[in-house]
Amino acid sequence: MATHAAAGHHADHHDDHDHKPQGFWDRWVFTTNHKDIGTLYLVFAFIMFCIGGAMSGVIRAELMTPGLQFVDPGFFNQMTTVHALVMIFGGVMPAFVGLANWMIPLQIGAPDMALPRMNNWSFWIMPFAFTVLLCTLFLPGGAPAGGWTLYPPLSLQGGSSVAFAIFAIHMMGISSIMGAINIIATILNMRAPGMDLLKMPLFVWTWLITAFLLIAVMPVLAGAVTMLLTDKFFGTSFFNAAGGGDPVMFQHIFWFFGHPEVYIMILPAFGVVSEIIPTFARKPLFGYQAMVYATASIAFLSFIVWAHHMFTVGMPLGGELFFMYATMMIAVPTGVKVFNWVSTMWKGSMTFETPMLWAIGFVILFTIGGFSGLMLAIVPADFQYHDTYFVVAHFHYVLVTGALFSIIAAVYYWWPKWTGRMYSEKWGKFHFWWTIVFVNLLFFPQHFLGLAGMPRRIPDYNVAFADWNLISSIGAFGMLCTPVFMFLILWHSKKHGAAATQQVWEGAHGLEWTVPSPAPHHTFTEPPVIRAQDLAHGDPTH
Amino acid sequence: MSAVNRRWQKKGWLIAGGFFVFGFALVPLYEIACEHVLGIKLDQGAVDAEAAAAMAVDESRLVTVQFLANTKSKLPWVFSAEKVSMQVHPGQLTEAWFDATNVSERDIVGNAVPSVAPNSASLYFNKTECFCFTEQLLKAGESKRMPVRFVVDPRLPKDISTLTLAYTFLENDVATKKLAESNQAAAPAS
Ligand code: HEM
Ligand SMILES: [Cu+2]
Repeated sequence: MATHAAAGHHADHHDDHDHKPQGFWDRWVFTTNHKDIGTLYLVFAFIMFCIGGAMSGVIRAELMTPGLQFVDPGFFNQMTTVHALVMIFGGVMPAFVGLANWMIPLQIGAPDMALPRMNNWSFWIMPFAFTVLLCTLFLPGGAPAGGWTLYPPLSLQGGSSVAFAIFAIHMMGISSIMGAINIIATILNMRAPGMDLLKMPLFVWTWLITAFLLIAVMPVLAGAVTMLLTDKFFGTSFFNAAGGGDPVMFQHIFWFFGHPEVYIMILPAFGVVSEIIPTFARKPLFGYQAMVYATASIAFLSFIVWAHHMFTVGMPLGGELFFMYATMMIAVPTGVKVFNWVSTMWKGSMTFETPMLWAIGFVILFTIGGFSGLMLAIVPADFQYHDTYFVVAHFHYVLVTGALFSIIAAVYYWWPKWTGRMYSEKWGKFHFWWTIVFVNLLFFPQHFLGLAGMPRRIPDYNVAFADWNLISSIGAFGMLCTPVFMFLILWHSKKHGAAATQQVWEGAHGLEWTVPSPAPHHTFTEPPVIRAQDLAHGDPTH
Repeated sequence: MSAVNRRWQKKGWLIAGGFFVFGFALVPLYEIACEHVLGIKLDQGAVDAEAAAAMAVDESRLVTVQFLANTKSKLPWVFSAEKVSMQVHPGQLTEAWFDATNVSERDIVGNAVPSVAPNSASLYFNKTECFCFTEQLLKAGESKRMPVRFVVDPRLPKDISTLTLAYTFLENDVATKKLAESNQAAAPAS
């Protein structure tokens, strides 16, 4: 025991020499430090959330009342398309990669990511990719307007902006693949001695599985958009019916990527929530191994359900049935997860600090999104719901109150470890309750609109839909304030926050809480000696 | 440590590269899956005329074949079927005629894409000759009568009594552009 403590102390002492590179270029542009790169990713994602949020503001302003008031329909379509691309590829995914960069080495006792130079590359490609994508807004003819799913022939009927968008998607894809390879190598090769696979925190597990999904499906997306590009500019006919191609085939290839992609955006969220709930319930995670296996089976199943996005293209009955049942099967491991989170809270001595509130909000609201997903999975029902606002409500519940809530929860949870300062609980809770009110005002009425038959991706609509659209837009304007709140809360904390302790949260377990707050620039330069009580999930039989 | 990391890097890129290739392999796989797993014929080629003629005619059964003629909104052609539907015996070689008129001021090459519904019948619907097998050129204002010869396989499942054969004409942009260029090149000479 004594030797363990001494070893721990030695590591701490060593870490105190911070050796941060000085100067903007050396510190940020040429950085290979996992913490700095994590910060860059998170700042980038925050900026993208603001840009994408502004676009959704345009969309909801236009939809506030029937008729065309602010923008012309062409620009409206550009907004829906670019909003989605920015939020998915610029917001959610980089935010999770940022969290992975910060936390995975800290959670497995590694000094850095396995491939630090590639890490620098994978971040610095992103600003260029999004500059290219966003510049298309200023091209003659404007940005791509055929929807983020880029279905041909519609997506190919715009101007040359589609070429820029495809180039940007290629760059994002390369960045994601590099990030994923780095995460896999780090987790499989850099764990401190004693950090067995089945002792890893769930955030690490979910990211390991997500990284495999990424290297499997991002290249498929790259292939699909490459075929679009050659169809448009080089006379091939992959999807061009006049030349013997098949536009439905694009949908198959796209969704072969697209469905695993939605799990790429939610599995790390599962990981985050599985870290936070045990901390504030002061109980080990219920069913740790079940969680790992559930994650793996969700990832596997995500490859065989893609055609639930295209039930209405005219598939044979056998195909419809297969994809319906396969899709419903995903609800089983997902249900296991929700059950385990609830059981972790059951009879726990819970406290409701800000991260816990966001995590509980996640569990409840994500589950609503899961249920609407199950409704959409029913083939005859989907014939009615497809391409209506019901689908929009579904995926915003899983992505905003799911993925985004978990990102915000993670930031509040680990912020004291990153900066060494606490944020204001009062304002953190205000941020949460404000969001809960407005996010539900924003997205819940969209279920009703969809059931009543309001199509998605339209700038004008029947007056019968007016009331719920007004309420939804009010919700949107309330939501537009939330990045400002979050920025002010974090800014205030950085400047004036109370000092954080090493463990930060009373019930927190895991290696990241054994290093000082703020985490020094270099941690675990010598592998830590792992004590059972330091592990987030010390006893894997739980 | 770093050697192992590099090995993982190499493996990662190999997997990613493999999936990039797989993305393109989905193109033929899609066709194979349609034809051999789901029983939908995508192949637009002709069947052997002799084999079709050798099919035994099933006089005891009549199948209704309906015809649909569509153009994509961008193609300025008027396109229609001469008969809306026909009653045929399975195994009997039948001919149907379609009319197309180019109502625009320019020469246009079009391609017709056929589709058979219900799709479980597509395996049993054989064309020996069709205007959809080749590009169709209609000069400005020109009209054309076009045949399709088909035979319904007698093995057509008993529960199918009506088939729909739908054609959609699309402009073949590449061929039309080539045509315009060669017309232009020829113009000064003539
Ligand atoms: C129980 C789990 C789920 C089921 C059964 C399910 C089912 C479905 C179905 C059937 C559709 C197609 C609806 C249509 O277009 O008619 C759909 C769309 C969608 N789902 Fe889910 N889903 C589930 C979870 C998720 C999760 C976790 C996410 C993301 C984090 C997600 C994101 C999306 C998105 C983005 C779309 C719309 C894509 C588009 O057309 O633009 N879903 N879902
Ligand atoms: Cu899906």
